[in-house]
Amino acid sequence: MLRTFVRPALSTLNCKAASSTTGFKSGTKYGGKTTVTLIPAAFRGGRKVTVTLIPGDGVGPEIAESVTTLFKEMSVPVEFEVVDLTKYTLRDDGAFNNAITSLKRNGVGLKGVLNRAGDFRTHNVEFRGNLDTYANVVRCMSYEGIKTHHTGIDLIAIRENTEGEYSCLEHESVPGVVESLKIITREKSMRIAKFAFDYALEHNRKKVTCIHKANIMKLSDGLFKRCCAETAELYPSIEYEEQIVDNTCQQLVINPTQFDVMVMPNLYGNLVSNLGAGLVGGAGLVPSKSYGDDIAVFEPGARHTWMEMKGMYVANPVAMVLSSAFMLKHIMLHEAGDNLITAVKKVLNKRTCQTRDLGGKATTREMTRAILAELHDLHA
Amino acid sequence: MFSGRICKLLGPTLVRHNHTVTLFPGDGIGPQISASVKEIFSTAEVPIEWEEHDVYPILEKNGKTRIPQPAVDSLFKNKIGLKGPMRTAIGKGHVSLNLTIRRTFGLYANVRPAKSIPGVKTPYSDEGVDCIIVRENTEGEYSGIEHTVVPGVVQSVKLITREASRNVAEYAFKYARDNNRSNVVALHKANIMNLSDGMFLDQCKEVAQKYQDIKFRDMYLDSACLKIVKDPGQFDVMVMPNLYGDILSDLTAGLIGGLGLAPSGNMGRDGLALYEAVHGTADDLVEKNKGNPTALLMSGLMMLRHMELNDHANKIEKAVLATLGERKVVTGDIGGRATNPEYTAEICRKILASS
Repeated sequence: MLRTFVRPALSTLNCKAASSTTGFKSGTKYGGKTTVTLIPAAFRGGRKVTVTLIPGDGVGPEIAESVTTLFKEMSVPVEFEVVDLTKYTLRDDGAFNNAITSLKRNGVGLKGVLNRAGDFRTHNVEFRGNLDTYANVVRCMSYEGIKTHHTGIDLIAIRENTEGEYSCLEHESVPGVVESLKIITREKSMRIAKFAFDYALEHNRKKVTCIHKANIMKLSDGLFKRCCAETAELYPSIEYEEQIVDNTCQQLVINPTQFDVMVMPNLYGNLVSNLGAGLVGGAGLVPSKSYGDDIAVFEPGARHTWMEMKGMYVANPVAMVLSSAFMLKHIMLHEAGDNLITAVKKVLNKRTCQTRDLGGKATTREMTRAILAELHDLHA
Repeated sequence: MFSGRICKLLGPTLVRHNHTVTLFPGDGIGPQISASVKEIFSTAEVPIEWEEHDVYPILEKNGKTRIPQPAVDSLFKNKIGLKGPMRTAIGKGHVSLNLTIRRTFGLYANVRPAKSIPGVKTPYSDEGVDCIIVRENTEGEYSGIEHTVVPGVVQSVKLITREASRNVAEYAFKYARDNNRSNVVALHKANIMNLSDGMFLDQCKEVAQKYQDIKFRDMYLDSACLKIVKDPGQFDVMVMPNLYGDILSDLTAGLIGGLGLAPSGNMGRDGLALYEAVHGTADDLVEKNKGNPTALLMSGLMMLRHMELNDHANKIEKAVLATLGERKVVTGDIGGRATNPEYTAEICRKILASS
């Protein structure tokens, strides 16, 4: 029964974990005066937690349907505020702003991938910028029942999600010559580095690897690398190393089990999380969590909309379902979240129900029903 | 005997019996593996005369780095070169050495084939990898233009020009046609970087119109990463800007067994070509002469094919693949215990046995 429920801001995690750095306040400014206040407990007494659900484009609506079906059957006390952006056109800023407002109000969101371009940034990038969900965490873990080239992978890719190469500042300085700016700031680099180490500490991880290309981009990636190194000194219990991104990609295909937690700027994060997803079985299996200071958005890890298969119900809902399970754990519904994760793993391990990307022929709905069957068995 | 292409390479000079090729041995294991390559080539009776030079850039007093003039003259004259690994001096004010070489010789396209080698077992050996990465080599993220805007904020400029994009696209399609490849895929992130990668993609699409016999498609870089580790067999020729090419070519080298086995070629203007080994100098292997010459050798074979000395290339390749396949006399980096001279001798033995 839900009694008190505190919507956990990131500062809660940090305060618990970073006990050795008294006086360090996490917030939007590193070392500055800004503090994040904990949201006071609300007595819900039977009311549900409202979570924003943005189904997204392509196969998004279908896999979101899996989640809503499962939640209904599980009687999870979550009410979805669905913001459907598929019907709106590019020009419709109103709908987009509604989505942002809803997410800010609820503090928790479950989001599919959007396929549309905004005025100068894509909507996905715009979301992250507006909400300042600066840390994207993708955990790539091998599943027993999935046949892959490597086994025993358990890596966490933490990606800075608001600046870097995705600043979308481009101009054509003379005809035929385009300049694209990659911005790296000390503030955001320190922020993501601290997040990575706190996350590693919280989840009992042993090593953090900083992925960079500072041999070529000496100032920008050099700054990022220095920030990570400085932060590493505050966490002597966690091993720290640095690696150049091309070597990382090579090592990922030769021996991916050597990686633990990896922290990196935006573009390399995109590559590494997609590589990791491919290594453990594909985009249909990997969930991700995006954290801002007082907001958390859960979405599939490898962000592809698969527009060609829209409406055909062949997509693998596992990524979205696992994202929703992590969302449940985030809002302190641990039992429900853990049950869902166990059920999904059982379905994957049994190998009887596999969607197209796993080599089978099951539809999205059949996969959902299989997960539901496992959930019933758990409760029985 | 000599095709028109070789005559064009040599220019208006007399057609010589032996081709002269510039050789830059490099540092660390460089001289040792270069010696191996020379020995193997002479055993196979390849009609090549080597001109050795030191290509290590000199840092001048005004801060500029330049390649020693004899090396520059030699490569411009011979038009074909082979280069060993070079040591990067840290903190001595050098601009990246490779960058200096690229700029001096105008090397605009980097070609990195990745083909599964029988006998070198990787998790991807069964399905077989056979892809080629053509990477733009002069601009993009490696322009080296960075500023500190205000303390704590750095901007790095990625430069994409229509001309350079077009040149590399042209080379990729030409390479595909010359080597009987059926499709070319352009990798980009034009959904995020609309103008820069968008321009690159547009140029690829325009060039694709001229090569109707070759299938062209484009793919987002992250999609490609996802697919290449699941099923690398679907990729053929891939063309992309500088940074993506750097990362992905190391990835594909990993798929076939590592940088110690991967060849690489750089194309410059007017048929100039410099082939190189892209691994490091492995200083710890110098003393016992245990370096692996395979990467430099494979680059040498790429060079021979470029010079249309295909028979010699095939002969040597057969011997190398057989040696690697038997796994009896192979170097430490691929799990064996042989030294460089032992491995080289084995390959030479196989070449002599087959002729």
